Amino acid sequence: MNEDQTFAIVGAGQAGGWAAKTLRDEGFGGRVLLIGDENYPPHERPPLSKEILLGDAEKETCFLWPPTVLNETNIEMRTGIHVTEIKPEAHTLMLTGGEHVVWDKLMIATGGRATTLPADGADLDGVFTLRTINDSEAIRENLNEHTTVLIVGAGWIGLEVASAARKRGAKAIVIERADRVCERALAPDMSQWLHDLHVRNGVEIRYGVSIDCFEGDEKLERAVMTDGNIIDCDIAVIGIGLTPNIELAQAAGLEVNDGIVVNEQGQTSHPDIYAAGDNANHPNALLGRRIRLESWENAQNQAICAAKAMLGQEITYAEIPWFWSDQYGANIQLMGLPETWDETVVRGNRDKAEFVEFYLKNGQIEGAAAINNPRDLRFTRRMMMSNKKFIASELADQGVKLQKLLKG
Amino acid sequence: MSDVTFHQAIKTDQLDEDEALQVIIEGKEVAIINLGGEFYAMDDICSHAYASMADGYLEGECLECPLHGAQFNVKTGKAETPPATVDLATYEVKIEGDDILVGLPNS
Repeated sequence: MNEDQTFAIVGAGQAGGWAAKTLRDEGFGGRVLLIGDENYPPHERPPLSKEILLGDAEKETCFLWPPTVLNETNIEMRTGIHVTEIKPEAHTLMLTGGEHVVWDKLMIATGGRATTLPADGADLDGVFTLRTINDSEAIRENLNEHTTVLIVGAGWIGLEVASAARKRGAKAIVIERADRVCERALAPDMSQWLHDLHVRNGVEIRYGVSIDCFEGDEKLERAVMTDGNIIDCDIAVIGIGLTPNIELAQAAGLEVNDGIVVNEQGQTSHPDIYAAGDNANHPNALLGRRIRLESWENAQNQAICAAKAMLGQEITYAEIPWFWSDQYGANIQLMGLPETWDETVVRGNRDKAEFVEFYLKNGQIEGAAAINNPRDLRFTRRMMMSNKKFIASELADQGVKLQKLLKG
Repeated sequence: MSDVTFHQAIKTDQLDEDEALQVIIEGKEVAIINLGGEFYAMDDICSHAYASMADGYLEGECLECPLHGAQFNVKTGKAETPPATVDLATYEVKIEGDDILVGLPNS
């Protein structure tokens, strides 16, 4: 079907890769053009701050498909190339070097970039952000028993870098502007649990401070804090969030508001242009609000849905957000984005680091967080989808299976 | 010589309906699945990332990986949903009395 059409996808990460593959899986017979600005085939990023940084795996493990599978898909890949302009009315885009591409439908899966710190010296050698394969490999070279790593921001990226640094024998110091780790994502008691995990593993965490400036002659040597203290360090890793790549869409006149505004199908304000992943702001019926999610699962599934919608399928996307992290061998998972709750229930053993914590509002599960218990956490999604009310004492009772509570 | 050798794995009463269990046979991790009273055997380690499939939940005929949600058909081993793209091997199962035997290929 659609043999004479061209569907172009800008961005070859988790969202772009899955969109291209889905077009083929669903029988699209036209030209699929996948354009990525990194010199790698479509890849996922979670290992970049985990296994790759630890040295437990190489970059090939991030590639979404082995070369043989990728070749069979007949996806035309253009890597290491930027799109410089999109013209919606003409249905064209321009590549670096001036090449024009005419498309029938387009997906913008440009994700985001690491937010940089507007501080003096942030451009010194030795000051890193972590987003790409190249970033991860460069940081890894500097994590060993002779180095001190200053991590700016106690969010997920910062904490995963701290974990990798300690595992590789480096000294790790984390500074955080807020008064606890992962303030946006975690309940205070979970922040404390994670703080304790890092302190037990030899990380120094300082709260309520940020960077005044970085200093060094040829490369980074020290950082000056806003409280006047000076920290000597060999490298610094800035982990203060993601900035969505919306500039192309904005310049093309598409509606933008904390990301590219899309409907539940991933369609932008132009009917032939779609967006998915870290850069897309979508209405989520399950949460009852618009949201832009920076997560691996969202990038995958929203892109799959949008690709099907590009083919005319009647399909919509909404999922309860799910997220995971790995630190010091502990698996941390979150389900939902609870804003308020009136009851916290712990199922399992906090001291043994194997538990799930449910956040209830009027008996309904608003969200959950789990340490080393992906099984219960994953099942929580089904419990949340059911809209059923649960009793705290039953949720806390490990003698009763969650399936039974859902059925009963 | 036969191509497979059957190994005693577990007893039928060790695995409730719609549950899965990891067993180690000849050093290999195998998931045994009780699907509505029928027993199946499949490689236990997800083809996407290191996780025990037996820790996951059954969704219809598929076992769902507890880590990232990839689903594999327990009868065929087929990777039915992302992020997995590589199928898992399945193994023949024989019931003798209350013993579940799993047939592994001879190497």
